[in-house]
Amino acid sequence: MTGSAVLNTVAIGDIQAPHLEYGQLGPMLLVFGVAVLGVLVEALVGRGWRQFIQVPLTFAGLAGAFVWILVLGVKDKPLHVAAEGAVGVDAPTLFLQGTILVLALVSLLLIADRQNGAFTPQASALPGSDAEREGIASGTVQSELYPLMLFAVGGMMLFTAANDLLTMFVALEVMSLPLYIMCGLARRRRLLSQEAAVKYFLLGAFSSAFFLYGTALLYGYAGSVRLSDIATATGNNAGSEPLLLAGIALLSVGLLFKLGAVPFQAWKPDVYQGAPTPVTALMASCTLVAAVGATLRVFYVALENMSWDWRPMMWGVAILTMLVGAIIAITQTDLKRMLAYSSIAHAGFLLTGVIATSQAGLSGTLFYLAAYGFTTIGAFAVITMVRDAGGEAGHLSRWAGLGKRSPVVAGVFAFFLLAFAGIPLTSGFTGKFAVFKAAIDGGATPLVVVGVISSAIAAFFYLRVIVVMFFSEPAADGPAVVTTIPTAAAVALGATVTVVLGVLPQPMLDVAGQAASHLFVR
Amino acid sequence: MNYLILSAILFTIGAVGVLVRRNAIVVFMCVELMLNATNLAFVSFSHQHGNLDGQIIAFFVMVVAAAEVVVGLAIIMAIFRSRRSSSVDDANLLKY
Repeated sequence: MTGSAVLNTVAIGDIQAPHLEYGQLGPMLLVFGVAVLGVLVEALVGRGWRQFIQVPLTFAGLAGAFVWILVLGVKDKPLHVAAEGAVGVDAPTLFLQGTILVLALVSLLLIADRQNGAFTPQASALPGSDAEREGIASGTVQSELYPLMLFAVGGMMLFTAANDLLTMFVALEVMSLPLYIMCGLARRRRLLSQEAAVKYFLLGAFSSAFFLYGTALLYGYAGSVRLSDIATATGNNAGSEPLLLAGIALLSVGLLFKLGAVPFQAWKPDVYQGAPTPVTALMASCTLVAAVGATLRVFYVALENMSWDWRPMMWGVAILTMLVGAIIAITQTDLKRMLAYSSIAHAGFLLTGVIATSQAGLSGTLFYLAAYGFTTIGAFAVITMVRDAGGEAGHLSRWAGLGKRSPVVAGVFAFFLLAFAGIPLTSGFTGKFAVFKAAIDGGATPLVVVGVISSAIAAFFYLRVIVVMFFSEPAADGPAVVTTIPTAAAVALGATVTVVLGVLPQPMLDVAGQAASHLFVR
Repeated sequence: MNYLILSAILFTIGAVGVLVRRNAIVVFMCVELMLNATNLAFVSFSHQHGNLDGQIIAFFVMVVAAAEVVVGLAIIMAIFRSRRSSSVDDANLLKY
């Protein structure tokens, strides 16, 4: 058989060590390296000191990786395939990785805010047990959180850069596994948090099995898992092979699940609501960027020749995602849950940019991701600030009259909501305009019509929150606004970027346009 | 070819199991069955194409599945300790 023939020809001396481009892989290696260092800190440093070492270490790792990416982006025209073809280091990838790192830095401000008290001192302690009370009293923290976050961020960076489906699968798991754990670490409402972790884990594992089976079928079709080889194989054979079509469908299930697109959105509201809010902010921004990045690469590079086959399916998914997200959000009474449905609707808007498969679509999607990421972190940061005796006041009715009690916080939150709705002079408007314009140029006008209708529906529930905050009487025992420096900094950063990208979007649009100018390397 | 059909059957059994079983551990075992069905598909495609990629991928999948078991069992343990139940139907606080 041919298989054994190959086996015989590979003698021991023939195997050469792979050539790695350490310079181009540097940002990812740095993040993973610092994560490993963080695990060592957990093992070797006393409990009291860990938090003081972990936070600066994590911050330095993320910031260093970001600087490295800036250098890579400025120094030469990034169009490389690194690590024997497993990783693509090109301009869109660097843009996405940079976005992930900056958003992770802002989320880190929320995660590291100890007064926030979002995380349990001991994940293994039973809710309500003596061990838990002791942990809270002693003021210890579960500082494993920081290495976990770094592993997740490193996985996200690799997920956007993966140039073959195996690397993409491994990155998917490296990104997801720490997030599953981080979801279950909330200090208050432990049962909700653990339930969110179980749901996210079981559904995530289920969807990654679909992703993997799709990979297997595409490997069976093309004889390779490299995206460029799959593109070549689909180009040679115009016929509709069942193996190929089934592979594309299963692969899309895995990717669309991570995006939270309808009909694979069911996990998103539960997980966003149950997870500690700083982790929700990380997932809503960074994970979305990574998922969209990988989806873009798969559909722009590997399945480019098959666009006539996948486009109808993706149209349906995008339309459903935009409408279902916006309509179900109307009935929500929990703010985190409402923002989760809003995030589903935004995934639909992003998909219109993916479907365009053009340079304009790519640059619009990149800009949208950066703009939306900052706004969503800012919004979740505000949610952590408004607190009852039992933790965050998540229910909408508790926010009644917040505008009278603390006008600044309510005003900033209202501004974020307007940005989600896409009102002009906010980054949300510029982002939506960019992807919708690309979609119209790509001939997807019906999709844009649905997008605009869904934005109008969504504006209703955003405005409802604003009305509740400003035009109703505050309750006597209403929640207090607790301001701490790191959280306030995250809110301020989110608000500033939302304003700047709304009023002066051109520099950022130029960067996104330049990043998209060469599309993806293959 | 027969191996591919077997792998598709195993994958389907796993997927149906995830959907109908109630115990989180059994659901999780069904996911593992799906991953192993995928491994079988990779190895048989590898034989068909005469290259070794598929066999190497199967190793990666095994490692990833092992890591997933570690994280998954830890999460299921945590929720079992606080609820005294590992049924996915009982975990129903988050809805609507």
